[in-house]
Amino acid sequence: MKNNDLQEVYRKRVLEHSRNPHNFASVNNADLTAKGFNPLCGDKITVYVTMNLNQITSINFQGSGCAISIASASIMTDAINGNSLEKAEQLILNFRSLFNATKINLDVKLNEAKALEGVKSYPSRIKCATLPWLTLQEALEGKNNQVSTE
Amino acid sequence: MNPKQNFDVSHIRKDFPILSQKIHGHSLAFLDNAASSQQPIKVTQAVKDYHEQDHANVHRGVHHLSHKATDAYEAARDKIAKFINTSSSKEIVFTSGTTEAINLLAATMESKIVAGDEILITHMEHHSNIVPWYRLCEKTKASLIVAPINQKGELILEEMIDLISNKTRLVACSHVSNALGTINPVEEIINAAHKRGVPVLIDGAQAIPHQSIDVNELDCDFYVFSGHKMCAPTGTGVFYAKEHILKEMPPWQGGGEMILSVSFDEIIYNDLPYRFEAGTPNISGVVGLGAAVDYLEDIGMDKIASYEKNLLNYLTESLGKAPGIRLIGTAENRAGVQSFTMEGAHPHDLGTVLDHQGVAIRTGHHCAMPVMEFFNVPGTARASLSFYNVESEIDQLIEGLSVARDMFL
Repeated sequence: MKNNDLQEVYRKRVLEHSRNPHNFASVNNADLTAKGFNPLCGDKITVYVTMNLNQITSINFQGSGCAISIASASIMTDAINGNSLEKAEQLILNFRSLFNATKINLDVKLNEAKALEGVKSYPSRIKCATLPWLTLQEALEGKNNQVSTE
Repeated sequence: MNPKQNFDVSHIRKDFPILSQKIHGHSLAFLDNAASSQQPIKVTQAVKDYHEQDHANVHRGVHHLSHKATDAYEAARDKIAKFINTSSSKEIVFTSGTTEAINLLAATMESKIVAGDEILITHMEHHSNIVPWYRLCEKTKASLIVAPINQKGELILEEMIDLISNKTRLVACSHVSNALGTINPVEEIINAAHKRGVPVLIDGAQAIPHQSIDVNELDCDFYVFSGHKMCAPTGTGVFYAKEHILKEMPPWQGGGEMILSVSFDEIIYNDLPYRFEAGTPNISGVVGLGAAVDYLEDIGMDKIASYEKNLLNYLTESLGKAPGIRLIGTAENRAGVQSFTMEGAHPHDLGTVLDHQGVAIRTGHHCAMPVMEFFNVPGTARASLSFYNVESEIDQLIEGLSVARDMFL
């Protein structure tokens, strides 16, 4: 393992997000919410999504966890806000593909979320980075189910 | 080393080749012994020799190797019996670990538990001494009663004793807490329970590596522990029970080894302790456990306890002086373990930063979520010691924490 791996994980930008997370609030009347829990770390997160038709008009999160999970959630809310449902789902897939071998859609750019790629040097911490995104996916799938029953 | 001499940690460390490696370019400081300890050459060699020279199934064949394997396996039982001072080797049942030993008791007690009965545990138990009792209570409609702890992480003994009632069927209590290091006053608990005719299980997983254990003197009814926390291979453990209790217990798992004769009309169960050892046991692991007992006894458990006491004081003092550190578990009487948190840094981030500097600690809930809830923390960082650790490894931990502090604050 290289000496700068640690700096790759805890990049300045990641630490800034973990200290002062964006969109860190609970929302009472959100359209979609989901809770995520990482029993290994004790990371807990709730994601709140407000929709207008197919558009995500606001996204917030609440919870407690390690620097990686909080930074990842904060970066996620910035990346997802204002996007269509389809694009949000593609971003989630692209983010998860940073840590596995799945093929990604290059038209959808992760931008700042790429800062978390360094986590892959620490396999036990990948779940910390992906927890918020998997939780969001669960929230959005709830929406899909709702749509299909209407 | 020549162990009958003085305690010489630099010689002892040579018995553990794993300790001399570099991790991410730093000397390894292995401070995660409460999770699993390392094995000396004497143990790994005994296991290797067994595989290369003695292996066959035990208690079955009439051939030479089967005798050798049986002798080695039973010799380990005798060593364990002597190590914890039982009255007889029949009282030693080998299991895969502490967890299996507790589950063995919970399963064999089930037929005797009725609705309204109580099982008394403590707030500081490891999940393995909570979940089997929770499940037993759920099945039988008995109640799980939890004795409280204080802010130092000590049992509130008077309250615990008051909770022992004529409904209590068992008291199950750790000897040493894995998350807090607290040494519990098990003698008093056992006395108080026996006055009310209640049997007591002591979970000794975290006590057995750190101090000499005398089950006769303790007078506990059950004592359980794991091999892998006392320099033996994983997958080994011990269920000790007083012989007259073992005799009354129904068999647990059914299979080979635990029977004397089987027909479709009648089964005659084997004698103690084989009645509780269905199937081919972990023979090589148990041989390694026997070698670990030899190794520890050569050094001397009293010398180990006294060396570790000083080292733990050094650890606690060093952490106490480090900025932003909150000690979790400050009981007067502790063994081997110091949990802590750092202001502004999540335990898992600490774990990663320390790992990068060669320091191995455990981070998280330590399989004791109720303890974390009590102290209102998501988890802690835990440094845990063995007799092969040295002060410079603790210095390396403190240095690592200062790097983490610079990073996260």
